Amino acid sequence: MRRIARIIAVTTGLALVATGCLGQSEDEPEDTQRGADATEVTLTIAANAVSGGKNAEEADWIENYVIPEFVAQQEADGVDVTVEFQSSGVDDEDYKSKIALDLRTGSGADIVSLDGIWVGEFAEAGYVLPLTEVVGDTVDEWDGWEQIPDAVQANMSFNDERYGVPAGSDGRVLFYNKELFAQAGLPEDWQPTSWEEILDAGRALQGIEGVTPIQLNAGTAMGEATTMQGVLPLLVGTGQRIYDEDAGTWQGNTQNIRDVLGLYQSVYGEGLGDPTLQQEAQGRDKSFAEFAAGTVGILMEGDYFWRSVIEPTAGVAPMPNRDEVVGFTKLPAMEPGSGIDGQDFVSMSGGGGRVLNPATEFPQQAWELLTFMNSAEATTELVGDGARLTQRQDVNDELLANDPMLSFIADEVVPLSAYRPGLAVYPQISVALQQATLDVVTGMTPEEAAASYQDAVEAALGSADDIASD
Amino acid sequence: MAQQTALPPAEQPTAPAPSRTSATDVAGLGRGRAAAFVAPAMLLVAVFLVFPALWTLYIGVTNYRLTGVQARTPEIVGVDNYVDALGDPTFHNALFLTLVFVLFSAVLGQNLLGFALARSLATLRPVMRRVVESLVLLAWIIPSSIVAFLWLALLDRDAGTLNALLQTPGLAWLIDYPLVSIIVFNIWRGTAFSMLLYSAALASVPPSQLETARLVGASRWQTLRDVVFPHIRGHVLTNTLLISLWTFNDFTPFLITAGGPNDRTEILPVYIYNTAISGGQMGYGAAVSLIMLVINLIIALFYIRLLRERR
Amino acid sequence: MSIVTPREVVGRIGFYVLVGLVTAFFALPMLWLVATPFDDQPGLALSVPDPTLDNFSELLDNRLALPSLLNSILLAAGTALLVVVFAATAAYALSRVRIPGRDIMLYLLLLLSSIVTGTAAMVPIFLLMFELGLIDSRVGVVLVLSGGLLPAAIFILKDFMDSVPKSYEESARVFGASSFQILRDVVVPVIRPGLATIAVWTIVNVWGNFLVPFILLRDADKQPAAVLMRTFYTEGGSPNLALISTFSLLFSIPVIVMYLFVNRRYGFRFYGGIKS
Repeated sequence: MRRIARIIAVTTGLALVATGCLGQSEDEPEDTQRGADATEVTLTIAANAVSGGKNAEEADWIENYVIPEFVAQQEADGVDVTVEFQSSGVDDEDYKSKIALDLRTGSGADIVSLDGIWVGEFAEAGYVLPLTEVVGDTVDEWDGWEQIPDAVQANMSFNDERYGVPAGSDGRVLFYNKELFAQAGLPEDWQPTSWEEILDAGRALQGIEGVTPIQLNAGTAMGEATTMQGVLPLLVGTGQRIYDEDAGTWQGNTQNIRDVLGLYQSVYGEGLGDPTLQQEAQGRDKSFAEFAAGTVGILMEGDYFWRSVIEPTAGVAPMPNRDEVVGFTKLPAMEPGSGIDGQDFVSMSGGGGRVLNPATEFPQQAWELLTFMNSAEATTELVGDGARLTQRQDVNDELLANDPMLSFIADEVVPLSAYRPGLAVYPQISVALQQATLDVVTGMTPEEAAASYQDAVEAALGSADDIASD
Repeated sequence: MAQQTALPPAEQPTAPAPSRTSATDVAGLGRGRAAAFVAPAMLLVAVFLVFPALWTLYIGVTNYRLTGVQARTPEIVGVDNYVDALGDPTFHNALFLTLVFVLFSAVLGQNLLGFALARSLATLRPVMRRVVESLVLLAWIIPSSIVAFLWLALLDRDAGTLNALLQTPGLAWLIDYPLVSIIVFNIWRGTAFSMLLYSAALASVPPSQLETARLVGASRWQTLRDVVFPHIRGHVLTNTLLISLWTFNDFTPFLITAGGPNDRTEILPVYIYNTAISGGQMGYGAAVSLIMLVINLIIALFYIRLLRERR
Repeated sequence: MSIVTPREVVGRIGFYVLVGLVTAFFALPMLWLVATPFDDQPGLALSVPDPTLDNFSELLDNRLALPSLLNSILLAAGTALLVVVFAATAAYALSRVRIPGRDIMLYLLLLLSSIVTGTAAMVPIFLLMFELGLIDSRVGVVLVLSGGLLPAAIFILKDFMDSVPKSYEESARVFGASSFQILRDVVVPVIRPGLATIAVWTIVNVWGNFLVPFILLRDADKQPAAVLMRTFYTEGGSPNLALISTFSLLFSIPVIVMYLFVNRRYGFRFYGGIKS
């Protein structure tokens, strides 16, 4: 009897599966005006933030400001709105899986937070649609767009169509310890203009005992942190993005890649960096703790490091004298003028935003809530006492005036930075880059590592087409 | 009722064997009621285990991804995933590492230590016995994510407890001896189960036979081999099978070494995580899962052949 | 009392040394868990702490922390109940009645359970639960977890039920008891420690399970502690060791209490009561 039961289970399974419930059916484009006249509306916001944990400020802002304010506003207009918040607060990859599953089944929240580089793959999968298709052409009339720089908007776009509203931006810089610099005879307001100058500073720091001169993220243990705070900023400093949109090619075994790996070889080969640290599971966090303890001279990181890691009161590796001791400077291109678009200085930006769930019951109201969340007042409220880069220029101009580091990023770094390509295969390319750095750190020559990298890229893409090499 | 206590060895049921010499349906269950007893469990298992598992295996023949074009329109690629996996040197590496990991930490480590503990603890004073048992069990009970932090703190290069004890500052256990580290870790983590199972198994050895062996002057090793082992043979099979299966699929080492310096501890569960989650290729990940299942099946058959009681 | 030979003395001392080493081996890593939550500056290093309870108050400020422990208890208790009851009845029937293909089927189910507890099965489980309307339901989580744990539980229990002599059951049958009564009144008391051990094993597995509740639950108030643990990181992924170590201690305590309770009541054995 059990065997029969099992057979039934098996056949049912196969039957269901054969009807193709893996793929999705193409839906008719939905009416963008559906639910527009409803007087009782329920909306849900989903974000990778949780009160008391990850991104707590955002969670608290949503629960304590956005929801009450919006509900009150709508009530004044005679609409009874209930807004709920679905918090998560877990690792980005886990969060991504969760919302992918939700969007795939047409369930989940109406407004969903999304990292910029996921937009492409979610769009290709049909999980998200351009805003104009969800809400209508009124989207383009929102005045907030003028306040958001084009490059930042592009982070939440795909194929030149806007899929969501960006929720912030960031930039990568070089942090350095002014006290160690003074000890090594280096200038307090240091501004390197080439990679060689960074190496020179490192060599000067090498004389100080117990200090690791340079922390340049490498290896696979650090994951995307190696790519985003290591390889990619260097790569754009050689004049190439990892993916050339016009040519449709990924960087393979090119001179640019070899140059980047060459810098890694210099840093780790000359003993300017700690190779073991790059291989430890907690290596990145340990490098932060070391910098906070004053045993690392130069570190490449994003502004997140300034405001969440070494922040004097609430950071995970707090530095009480951060403002006096820690300096920051733009990342130079390999040589002046060798950066992308001929830039002397370069950076990478990331960031995410919020999209609308195509299956939402109330697209018009959801858009209203989304624009409310991105209004100048709401954005100002989110920043509160802390200081972070917002997506809006007007808010940045007002709030960051008091924080030199963040206004530096907003005014001088973000305009220079490049973004990662939001394509589904990017994570595998990223892993290939991480592996290439690991190969160099553990002794391979840049040429060998680059050749091996090219093989990995070919394996990821499934063919040797669309790869640039020389 | 003094007469039924010592069953002659030939009739004593041990390993799960398809043929039994005696009728065992003493409770008069009959096929029908037996089915009713089994039904609730089977229903749960059929819906929440068999169905998703088979579905997962189906995904293994597609190029399904969670995002991207292949999420919307996955294509059946037949055995491509399997061919790719079996030809991938990283997969071979992961398989080799996993086999080594299972062999040393589970089959040898947990088994032997669990058995030794079960046997020796009986001779200790109750207080000592309870302390040791509790510690061993705690290691098993504490959730994985916490245990990972405990071992990171223990083996840390600069400030770790082990280096402090051994006065070897700067020795990077997890970088220089990664596989050994996770093997030792897994022994620490899982011995409790073997200890429990062997405690119970040893209790079922008839004391009369042990007494006889002692009178005859058999050495401890001979007693073990000729008296104890035949009785617990089936339990050795069960235990080894379960702990091999569980260790084979254990993801926890990832939390400590993240796949090891340069893939040196990238065991199969970590390999699947890196491909199916980080890389997003669910079809490929599912295919590798099936390969793992087949390997576990082969290992299980090997154990059964080795340990099943000869009739 | 026989004369103890020097060889035996040395052997005994050696034995105690070994036991001491084993004890230290198991105890050493756990020191971090008891020291760090009370540390002023919690880090990966184990240091003699400047004692402080600040970490605990910081944790209690988090309104989700304690309720998540309650959720963990609910999930664990629910799953343990299902698993123990269903596995016991199924294992008993499978042990006493010979059904063709029984062993092979059990092995296969056991192997399949290893797929379903992995990450590759995440999508099918989610889609299945979505079709059943059991997303964001703790009951759904219990059902999925039970389904995954039952094969091993049945496997283990059946193995031990095979070893329980059937004389008592035969007698009870003679006295006219029904099969279910026999199971409940004759077999269960004998196998009770084994059931307790299976219950503990189930609770331990559910307690630490992150993936299934994470995928299936949406409301933050329903999240168990294992999921909440993963939120004590910064946006960049750096762990907040103060919160993590403190919560780890709180997270471990219910499980340890449960273990002590079961140990006192039943002792950790798989069966007892009948010595052959």
